[in-house]
Amino acid sequence: MSICYKAEFVIIGGGPAGMSAAVAAYDAGIRDILILERDKGLGGILRQCIHNGFGLHKFGEELTGPEYAYRYEAQVLERGIPFKLNTMVLDITSDRKVTAINSEEGIFTVEAGAIILAMGCRERPKGALNIAGSRPSGIFTAGCAQKFVNIDGYMPGKKVVILGSGDIGLIMARRMTLEGAKVEAVCELMPYSGGLARNIEQCLNDFGIPLMLSHTVVEIHGKERVTGVTIAKVDERRRPIAGSEIYIECDTLLLSVGLIPENELTKSAGIELNRITSGAEVDQNRETEVDGIFACGNVLHVHDLVDYVSEEAEIAGKAAVEFIRGNTKKDINVKLTTDGRVRYTVPQRITAAEDVRVYFRVADVYRDAKVVVRDGDRVIYSKKKQKLAPGEMETVTVSADMIKVIESGTLSFSIEN
Amino acid sequence: MFDVVVIGAGVIGGMIARELSKYNVKLCIIEKESDVAMGATRANSAIVHAGFDAKVGSMKAKMNVRGSEMMPRITKELGVKYKNNGSLVVGFESERAEVEAIYKRGVENGVKGLRIIEKDELHALEPNLNPELSCALLAETGAIVCPYELAIAAVGNAMDNGAELILDFEVASIEKNGDGYSIISSNGQTVNCRYIVNAAGLYSDDVAAMTGDGDFSVHPRRGEYMLIDKECGNFVSHTIFHTPTKMGKGILVSPTVDGNLLVGPTAVDIEDKTDTSTTREGFDTLFTRSLDNVSGISFNKTITSFCGLRAVGSTGDFIIKMNDRVVTLGGIESPGLSSAPAIAEYVEGLLNGEGALGDVKKDYDPIRRPAHYFTELSDEEKNEIIKKDGRYGRIVCRCERVTEGEIVEAIHQNPGARDVDGVKRRTRGGMGRCQGGFCSPTVVAILARELGVAFEDVTKFGKGSVINYGKTKGED
Repeated sequence: MSICYKAEFVIIGGGPAGMSAAVAAYDAGIRDILILERDKGLGGILRQCIHNGFGLHKFGEELTGPEYAYRYEAQVLERGIPFKLNTMVLDITSDRKVTAINSEEGIFTVEAGAIILAMGCRERPKGALNIAGSRPSGIFTAGCAQKFVNIDGYMPGKKVVILGSGDIGLIMARRMTLEGAKVEAVCELMPYSGGLARNIEQCLNDFGIPLMLSHTVVEIHGKERVTGVTIAKVDERRRPIAGSEIYIECDTLLLSVGLIPENELTKSAGIELNRITSGAEVDQNRETEVDGIFACGNVLHVHDLVDYVSEEAEIAGKAAVEFIRGNTKKDINVKLTTDGRVRYTVPQRITAAEDVRVYFRVADVYRDAKVVVRDGDRVIYSKKKQKLAPGEMETVTVSADMIKVIESGTLSFSIEN
Repeated sequence: MFDVVVIGAGVIGGMIARELSKYNVKLCIIEKESDVAMGATRANSAIVHAGFDAKVGSMKAKMNVRGSEMMPRITKELGVKYKNNGSLVVGFESERAEVEAIYKRGVENGVKGLRIIEKDELHALEPNLNPELSCALLAETGAIVCPYELAIAAVGNAMDNGAELILDFEVASIEKNGDGYSIISSNGQTVNCRYIVNAAGLYSDDVAAMTGDGDFSVHPRRGEYMLIDKECGNFVSHTIFHTPTKMGKGILVSPTVDGNLLVGPTAVDIEDKTDTSTTREGFDTLFTRSLDNVSGISFNKTITSFCGLRAVGSTGDFIIKMNDRVVTLGGIESPGLSSAPAIAEYVEGLLNGEGALGDVKKDYDPIRRPAHYFTELSDEEKNEIIKKDGRYGRIVCRCERVTEGEIVEAIHQNPGARDVDGVKRRTRGGMGRCQGGFCSPTVVAILARELGVAFEDVTKFGKGSVINYGKTKGED
């Protein structure tokens, strides 16, 4: 017989989102909490992010990833919140039954009063890019290389080309350089970088690493180990331009071509995913369409700053406590819509008249544009912004008073000139 | 001195070795790569063809029909996944005559369970087909199998029954001496034997030239594929072929035994027997030509693309012959995988005809349990195993849910995995949607520990396929 536990509150994932949610729930008075973490320690991906720049918003100081994680781990330990490490959740059901596996208990189940999904995200692999050429050793996602360097202490490359200017790619350009590798170039398919402006400055410009916008890798060379890549300029439709090819000799290609929320378990609970975010759709409490199942952090949508992850997780943690106590009120249903220039919002719906901080990302770089929020035709919020970029998450706070008077049932978010 | 040396550890060499390991013979398999199943076996359509394609009376036809019949038993013995999903050769109205001709040929080849179906039934069976398709040949015996899984299992079972495997042995020359042969490798190793089985695939013509049987040639035909996420694994349930051309069976769309969707292959004749690179033209061909069969494949869910080389023989048929104690197998292109069990049986017959094999072993065991049998067990059975060995409770590859226990087993069972790709082919660890992004450092660490080698000496697929160059600055 396999073991069957009960817990008021199960948190799947012991990274920054899971830990913040646990601490917030504990502080709201719930004790019967269980964090399930697949790695051998708490902290999630922050364990390998040894660079600084974390915590500016949350703690007002610059911390490294492990330091930021430890701030929360210490709070988890202080409170004695139970967690299981090396434990992988295999399945969750819509009636909140969690099946997991580890070495000590084998396959076991936990019946949960509420669940928080905090599984994080994974990197997009090479397959989706359809790069022609051979399949030698030396092609890694940036995060995989980061693990080799920062956790295992080994160098997976000496002469490196990076495809994609997502933040991990930028961070790894600097990291590999500091460890003695030569980073030849960072190629970005889009005409702008998807990474934070400060990372382009501190990780590329400070080290003289060229960022080649509107460029992509069209062919990989090498039979056993990568010997080089051919890059090319792309047109407006992102198709390589014939004749623009350049061969770059290198032994390593790192990929930083996007992050995908890891929602296999979300789907197993019957929760539909949003096409843009690849995460669940949630209300202001971060509750999904299934009662008592909440989501926060990168599993919900990919964040640029961990500080926002913690913030979001606290909202989810507190709301889960209210759910467990039967206090959740859902007296209205306002849908949040977007114009395409705003790609998505989180939350996607509001179910109670309270102050809601709406997070969103834009589809392109916009300069001197206005962020506008409307109830039907009525503008309820408008603010001019010098620059909006896809790499930087934006927020708008919609007050309880504004929500109370919404007539159309929707709040539409747009970027206007 | 070996009684028999099989050159080439692909699915053909592996199945032959397994068949021969029944006998009281000293048997050796030599392979030029650092693992088994590294040639045409590694990258092909993974189909067990029913047997309607090949010319009536050809070796291809005979071997295919027999091989396809044997496959369920063989895969069961070897613990290899096999699924009898059936296949459809689809055609537009203009291609009806061709579909009917294939049906007729199939019947003449002795294929059972063939039937022509009409538009309504066809689209009811497969709702994602191109709506213009008007008829199809349904082959009930069509099936899917994983080719490298089969080859690994066959070699492993041969080894369990006493065969020896020598990897990284590239045949440079073969000398005849007295009543046997000396096979010399490019790095100076020598293996002596009485009989040779040349199952060298793309290189079988080169090896045949060394044994004086070089009256044929083999050239590589590139086939590119795309493998699509398991989310799309139910896009079709049958293997969908289009009416064939002289270059092959066209772009097929098929589920795989592991639940992915496979689209391919292209067919381009090339010169270089080592060039398995994919091409932009190849991708474009797959995007456009697959539309003849189906509509709406989610190519954006592609998890990997790859290229295999078919070993196309100069005679148009399988070449299987025996001269002077050498069995030569040339031009074993499609339907080579489907035919493998029958070819093995046939070669066994050739050798027996010369009295080369002697008695059957009393302790021969045709059963092999693969490393990833664990995933197929019930929760209760898994828990029993985890209780004894906690490593089965530790998931290493989260996408395919492969445990450390299975990886360790794959390293230590015959033929043991020696590198990251070897682990991947034996356990599926790293083969899922993240393509090893999370688990490959852990797999490297497990390989280093189990093989007793340094972390930086673990490779992707042997030889120069280095993963890490050395320690970072701070480490000594």
